[in-house]
Amino acid sequence: MSALAEPRKWERLLWPLLASALFLAFWHYAVAWTATKIFPSPLEVERGLVDLIHRGVLYLDILDSLRRVAIGYFAAIAIGIPLGLLFGWYPPVNQVVNPVVQLLRPISPIAWIPVAIIFFGVGDYAAIFLVFLGAFFPILVTCVDGVGNVPLIYRRAGSNFGLTPPQILARVVFPAALPQILVGLRIALGIAWLVVVAGEMIAVDSGLGFLIIDSRNSGKRYDLVVGAMLLIGVIGLALDFGFRRIEKFKAVRWGFRNEA
Amino acid sequence: MSTRQTIEAAANSMPASAPGLRTKLRANGVNMTFNRDGKSMSVLENIDLEVGDGEFVCLLGPSGCGKSTLLSTIAGFLAPTSGEVSIDGEAVRGPDPRRIFVFQERGVFPWLTVEGNIGFGLGKLTRSERAQRIEHYIKMVGLEGFEKSYPHELSGGMKQRVEVARALAVNPDVLFLDEPFGALDSITRMIMRGELLRIWEAERKTILFVTHDIDEAVQLADRVVVMSARPGRIQQIVPIDIAHPRDISSPHYLELRDGILNQIGLAHGI
Amino acid sequence: MQERPKPLKISVRLRPVIFILLLLGLWQVAVILHPHQLLPGPWKTAHGIADLVRHGLLVKYVVASLFRVTWGFFLAVVIAIPLGLAIGWYRRAEMAFNPILQVLRPISPLAWIPIAILWFGVGDLAAVFLIFVGCFLPLLLTVINAVQGVPAVYINAGRNFGLGPVALMRRVLYPAIVPRLMTGLRITLGVAWLVVVAAEMIAVNSGLGFLIVDARNAGNRYDLVLAGMVLIGVVGLLLDNGVRSLEKAKALRWSYSEEH
Repeated sequence: MSALAEPRKWERLLWPLLASALFLAFWHYAVAWTATKIFPSPLEVERGLVDLIHRGVLYLDILDSLRRVAIGYFAAIAIGIPLGLLFGWYPPVNQVVNPVVQLLRPISPIAWIPVAIIFFGVGDYAAIFLVFLGAFFPILVTCVDGVGNVPLIYRRAGSNFGLTPPQILARVVFPAALPQILVGLRIALGIAWLVVVAGEMIAVDSGLGFLIIDSRNSGKRYDLVVGAMLLIGVIGLALDFGFRRIEKFKAVRWGFRNEA
Repeated sequence: MSTRQTIEAAANSMPASAPGLRTKLRANGVNMTFNRDGKSMSVLENIDLEVGDGEFVCLLGPSGCGKSTLLSTIAGFLAPTSGEVSIDGEAVRGPDPRRIFVFQERGVFPWLTVEGNIGFGLGKLTRSERAQRIEHYIKMVGLEGFEKSYPHELSGGMKQRVEVARALAVNPDVLFLDEPFGALDSITRMIMRGELLRIWEAERKTILFVTHDIDEAVQLADRVVVMSARPGRIQQIVPIDIAHPRDISSPHYLELRDGILNQIGLAHGI
Repeated sequence: MQERPKPLKISVRLRPVIFILLLLGLWQVAVILHPHQLLPGPWKTAHGIADLVRHGLLVKYVVASLFRVTWGFFLAVVIAIPLGLAIGWYRRAEMAFNPILQVLRPISPLAWIPIAILWFGVGDLAAVFLIFVGCFLPLLLTVINAVQGVPAVYINAGRNFGLGPVALMRRVLYPAIVPRLMTGLRITLGVAWLVVVAAEMIAVNSGLGFLIVDARNAGNRYDLVLAGMVLIGVVGLLLDNGVRSLEKAKALRWSYSEEH
């Protein structure tokens, strides 16, 4: 029964702290006990990161990664949302285009690297292109689905009040689909962050992904490898949180009424 | 004594069980306070109730008066803020197969067939015993032919029957029903009331039944516990001393019904 | 009048095909107009695929990729489901582990490559590990989420019948989450497919991802690169459709009626 009892407020802090502390302790002792020379302990990771911060280079890598995500992501939004709304609104169009989308979607952005390199050469633009690819398909699909899920009664009310189809799309369907689209955008952002890191590991020479590969290749600095991984996790989490705050704005809050 | 006098006398007396019955279930000084967003809300205040073995008792009140909370507390799903509930002399510490709660039809497990649902609590029996028991209760609730159907293929009334059968199959001492017919249309509701009474008369379980429908309460119960609006208090307990089947146009029935309407504070006429 | 709808139906179904042919045509034209750049047209790509078939490599590479996906995915499923049921059920466990899970989630599986190679060396095991990493976390989070979404009625009914925690998880929680689990499995399988390709590009020497990298490095065989991409898209799509048809199995149909 106690497992089902309502946890107190302070427990909300206790358990995560306890679990995280145990995890760090376990990590620390696992490294010490196996006497591994390569895999870093938590302290070494912290030292390595602090060192990078002191040398002023960490910020550059973080900013580079964020910049690539921003450009690729917003490009995906700028093209994906209008197209998605269009395809969702005109089912015949969707019917024609959908098979192509379904065929291209399972191809990992990473598999596009050789093609990206041909078009853009090794460098920033290739990475941005990969981010765009990674974010574009989820956004497109979400918009198409979102439009389809808008209840017919809303559309009918719109035409009842004399709106033309493009007006209905803009003033009724888009706002109605917005909560679902936002969720899709948040997921796409997460994917964009995954892809930029992966892309940087292969196709460019700056950014957090590159930091991982480079730290290993030039000196087996696994402390930096793990440090960069943790940074990636934390920044990705921060991006996600930030997005969820947007979802809380009253203008869209109605759509999330039923979510915890 | 006139019916009105009976009702007033009952209002002034102790909430004891109906005479002649052993006490099955007792709630003593039950209070329930919920904390939400820093504000505390008193939902149940000072509930004293005794229910006799084999009695059919209705908890009647408007929405939000706490009757469902009271039922869940008595059944052991919630712990009262203060006070105690005991069944057969034992304190209630949690849900138990000896006292089964019938939720509205949505309590039926959608991934099991009718048979699977009814047999859910029968794991301890042998295969043949289990099959026998299931068959018996399928017949009792009138669902022959639907043994292998899934709930989503059934109507609301049929799903409710599955849930009742599932509850009865484990042979509980007490049945708790929380507005079980609320989601059904009024015709089906009337049919289901008759079915429930039929089953009750056959098996004589102790039943505690929550409803907001005055007619339902007067048609079914031995005693009606009228509850006030939040915070929920027992306003009055009205014994319904009419034998089944009850004639719903008899003067005595109408008097009792009117009395309760008055108790709830509703004027006549709309 | 009866005759009219029939030809319409066929031509409607043909439209996506015509669209694809149109795109292919444009692609071929673009290639012809720029004869000096490296990217091949659809014709050459088709030849590339035929080439692979002739050398018996097509089947070999597809099987290699599928093999790794199966192992990594299977391991993730077998661990994530019971663990997810337990964490979803015990509020305190979810409180404890949630921060760690949220930090790990945004880290691309590819960022784990150096660690994978460190622990497992270059080869199959590293690839399987990467797929496991890519699948495990999303699946775990899906299960936890699904458990928390199980309507309280079912849980209360289960407890009412005297079920202890383990029996409750097995007989109520797990069946109740199966529909959402199937969707989660399908999406995670898609992720596994994305990861295997990327992992193969870096850490092993067989499979479709390897094909892409190798074809480019060993002789700029871009026809094979594109052939690989096409195959990746097709196999990925088939996997997705396969799981979708599982989702439609009769035993699961109850969930669709539930939603309505």
